[in-house]
Amino acid sequence: MVTGSDVRDFVEALLSVDRRAAQRIFERARAEATVIDVVEGLIVPALETVGDDWQQGAASLSQVYMGARICHTLVESAMLPQEAVRDVQPRLAVAVLGDGHSLGKQLVLLSLRSGGYRVLDLGAQRTPEELVAACVEHDIQILFISVLMLPAALRVAELRAALADAGRLTKLVVGGAPFRFDANLWREVGADSFGYSASHATRIVAQMGGAA
Amino acid sequence: MTCLERVLTTLGHKEPDRVPFFLPLTMHGARELGMSIREYYSRPENVAEAQVTMWKKWGDDFLFNFFYAAVETEAWGGQTVFFDDGPPNAGAPIVSHPEGIPHLQAPVVAEAPSLQRVLQATAIMRAQAGADVPIIGVVMSPFSLPVMQLGFGPYLELLYERRDLFERLMRLNEEFCVEWANAQLAAGATAIGYFDPVSSPTIIPYDLYVATGLEVARRTIARIAGPTATLMASGATIPIIDDVATTGTAILGASCDEDLAEVKRLCKGRLTVIGNLNGIEMRRWTAAEAEAAVKDAIARGGPGGGFVLSDTHGEIPWQVPDDVLYAIVDAVRTWGRYPLDWVQAEPEA
Repeated sequence: MVTGSDVRDFVEALLSVDRRAAQRIFERARAEATVIDVVEGLIVPALETVGDDWQQGAASLSQVYMGARICHTLVESAMLPQEAVRDVQPRLAVAVLGDGHSLGKQLVLLSLRSGGYRVLDLGAQRTPEELVAACVEHDIQILFISVLMLPAALRVAELRAALADAGRLTKLVVGGAPFRFDANLWREVGADSFGYSASHATRIVAQMGGAA
Repeated sequence: MTCLERVLTTLGHKEPDRVPFFLPLTMHGARELGMSIREYYSRPENVAEAQVTMWKKWGDDFLFNFFYAAVETEAWGGQTVFFDDGPPNAGAPIVSHPEGIPHLQAPVVAEAPSLQRVLQATAIMRAQAGADVPIIGVVMSPFSLPVMQLGFGPYLELLYERRDLFERLMRLNEEFCVEWANAQLAAGATAIGYFDPVSSPTIIPYDLYVATGLEVARRTIARIAGPTATLMASGATIPIIDDVATTGTAILGASCDEDLAEVKRLCKGRLTVIGNLNGIEMRRWTAAEAEAAVKDAIARGGPGGGFVLSDTHGEIPWQVPDDVLYAIVDAVRTWGRYPLDWVQAEPEA
């Protein structure tokens, strides 16, 4: 049974980048609950809290990143090879459109995988055509696009059009600096959702009906 | 007043004839000369010609010698990736594993073609524009350069987990940064933009900044032989203003997410504030929106001097059209004349 106190302590351990404290709390919770219960009760809410803190200026990007790495390591260590935390797995993918700025993509990957989701990493410097082909090949339901530069953010509109031309209903979730600095931009380029922080990726999957 | 007099007056925390303004246009120079961004940056003469042309066209108070951030990693042996509609990016990191840090050697500025192009452009700008306009040079801070040297994630891991190798890298980067900054000043730059986004509370927590980026900035800026402007590339500044003021820097770039009046109040008498127009929204501004944004920034930052109107990031995106820039310029000329009688009251000190 994961308590609110456990979550608060775990958040503090993540913000302090204290691996040992995080591991102690995780293992204590794991001894009394299944992996999915610990993921749902401890990992996901803690990462979302850290993401909320970042959105409000109370935490830094480095804490979001290091916290997500700690969570990912803990969840991976609790699983057998090829074992899945969740029984129901929406087909998810993540990519960087246009250029090579990969930190945001890495954060989304860590966040979703820490949340028990399998995620296909389509890499960086992808073109809309390459991403459409990947969505077709893997029948991707939700594609997370991370960008840092404005030109890449604007290219999401090309991706949206190319997906439509290919008859794909893949939902597009975008994130990155241009979308934070222009609150209307994600709608302008035809995305289905916008994540202020990568830590909110699991919440967005759930909102889109992809939760187990 | 000349541009230089206007800028020096505001740096002295006094009101000049009007609010000085800086349009940090980089890639727009390629458009001005009708060439691709890659071709544009291949010759220093292109950049110098376009910068002087744009300075005369827009009537702002600065020239800008900045090509793109990756000129520095090119000097360290890295590659640059060019785009048709955005800034060139650094290619693959030059350090693929932290254990490679002890084997790194800093480049010699005089032997680095990418840096020499910037210095040549600076010298041409100075010769063509004369002494009455400040030229802003740029360095990546030793503390922020590793984002391109190692990659962002690996650098954050180094910062938290390998402080020994981090310190070695900082010593190397500091020597390079100081040499690079002083070479730009010797070539004709008036001041150096010290780009240090990793020090922003947006990127690292306060305690870590005090233990790392702040000390690096103090050591480095003390050895740069001219005034510096600390720029966080849109990152937050308010929680660290008191610390930044101890680094010896003269100017601080405010984020568009911050209340400019609050930044100005905290900097008052110690740091000149530059900023903080939103360069991402700017692309789609109407003339009325541009005027409103300029007017608001001047009302919050302008009273008393110690303020330069600019964007929030240090580079206006390629996608921002001339119509918007004209509207910004018009608004500065309409609302930026001192005394700012139209401003009801100076923000509370």
